[in-house]
Amino acid sequence: MSRKVLVLGEVRDQSLRNVTFEAIAAAKQAAEGGEVVGLLIGDSVSALSGELIHFGADRVLTVEHDLLKQYTSDGFSQALMAAVDAESPDGIILGHTALGKDLAPKIAAKLQSGLISDVTQIEEAGGNIVFTRPIYSGKAFEKKIVTDGLIFATIRPNNIAPLEKDETRSGETSALSVDIKDLRSIIKEVVRKASEGVDLSEAKVVIAGGRGVKSEDGFEPLKELAQVLNGAIGASRGACDAEYCDYSLQIGQTGKVVTPDLYIACGISGAIQHLAGMSNSKVIVAINKDPEANIFKVADYGIVGDLFEVVPMLTEEFKKILVNA
Amino acid sequence: MNIYVLLKRTFDTEEKITISSGKINEDGAEFIINPYDEYAVEEAIQVRDAHGGEVTVVSVGSEEGEKQLRTALAMGADKAVLINTEDDLEEGDQFTTSKILAEYLKDKEADLILAGNVAIDGGSGQVGPRVADLLDIPYITTITKLEIDGTNVSVVRDVEGDSEVIETSLPLLVTAQQGLNEPRYPSLPGIMKAKKKPLDELELDDLDLDEDDVEPKTKTIEVYLPPKKEAGRILEGELQDQVKELVQLLHNEAKVV
Repeated sequence: MSRKVLVLGEVRDQSLRNVTFEAIAAAKQAAEGGEVVGLLIGDSVSALSGELIHFGADRVLTVEHDLLKQYTSDGFSQALMAAVDAESPDGIILGHTALGKDLAPKIAAKLQSGLISDVTQIEEAGGNIVFTRPIYSGKAFEKKIVTDGLIFATIRPNNIAPLEKDETRSGETSALSVDIKDLRSIIKEVVRKASEGVDLSEAKVVIAGGRGVKSEDGFEPLKELAQVLNGAIGASRGACDAEYCDYSLQIGQTGKVVTPDLYIACGISGAIQHLAGMSNSKVIVAINKDPEANIFKVADYGIVGDLFEVVPMLTEEFKKILVNA
Repeated sequence: MNIYVLLKRTFDTEEKITISSGKINEDGAEFIINPYDEYAVEEAIQVRDAHGGEVTVVSVGSEEGEKQLRTALAMGADKAVLINTEDDLEEGDQFTTSKILAEYLKDKEADLILAGNVAIDGGSGQVGPRVADLLDIPYITTITKLEIDGTNVSVVRDVEGDSEVIETSLPLLVTAQQGLNEPRYPSLPGIMKAKKKPLDELELDDLDLDEDDVEPKTKTIEVYLPPKKEAGRILEGELQDQVKELVQLLHNEAKVV
């Protein structure tokens, strides 16, 4: 059964987030040969429509309005609902990001539909589109299907591979005019804390520090390693509680959930709450002085040793191979 | 101020998860108030203490949810309502739960509704925003600060680590993020008082809903545990050699660098 699937592109700092390309790939699967329509919402976003098409969208719809400069659930839901009215899609896919988590349930309520959140895999089986998602903080998984109405899902960043970019692809872009009004909340100020360097939730490499980094300065060797590997810095709750770093870096049950290709845990003991935020990473490296540390149980590779010795050595070794590559 | 808290009973964070006959095994497991809902309860109590009014805690589920509702009453909430769906519903999803809650709340003239931003078991984070939309009131998710002045509300929202300062107004629904407050432990006098506080039990009938109205839109077809990871390799030898080996392994074997 071929379907028309709408994908909301997510724009951050004037560019599309990677999860958008992953959402297009997911939408292609859900569409089963049908059409994938990209949707861009913002004050000035139409310049990005080509990229949606290069990554697999068949055509693009844009909704531009001054009141859409910043995300609000009221503004964006009016824009998205207008697109739904215009297109009558059979499916909608968004990223499971701060925006997607906030917006998708509102749209689902309006459409009286189901919504499958935080999807890490999508496949066709037995005539259904089957969504896999972690439950119990990644300690188990469930497979879900839609039994009635719209196929609607948010996908977790870094889990579904995007399609290869093809700059020869072309498609139509059309603008949808929507009268955005009656916003019930106004963003007065945005305090950027997490914007330095690579986006933690989308990073392919994460270097995380725990209590073992001992101080704010203790993160310096980790930052040097992150720079060499083009990775992001993360932290355990212990390191945040001890004020070695900002809570925006916290990974775990109450922080961010990350699934990078490579997770290097430095001086992290591996409390169950921390594991909930990173145990689905593809490859985990643990560096800890304590050979009994829990983190070694989930690690693929471990080095028992002082992170202040090991991490700088690692940085040097990686530099060598990356220069040769 | 008329304050409501949406509360879910969940597995204790520390519980080991096992599966029997295709379902998460609940036998003998410890249950708690979903940790994010605990922040919501605490905030509701603080808002009431500052502005006056009443806090009602609402939960949808089975009779067993009574225990968690009593805990919220012991923390300081005034009333509790359990919407018991055990006899009426075999399955539900977020559509089901939000519809039931909205149906209950629609004539309550709530000024402020608080919920956790996500439940640590199902992890979908949908119910709060869905309920707000069904009630046609604004909502702000993942908040770390709440200030109320008359009907004006100033909120700080956590957005993947960045903070947004947002102005909005009552009536409003907010969902709590870690950092909003430090939930109190129930005191002994609190626990004693909680036993006498009203805890009403409702069924779908009482809300003029029948099973068909809340039939789920999605279905879980399989629950499974992640494949057990093979024991990792702890490297050995001189530290410098271990580091060299690790870099080679990551580059050539795991191919992640």
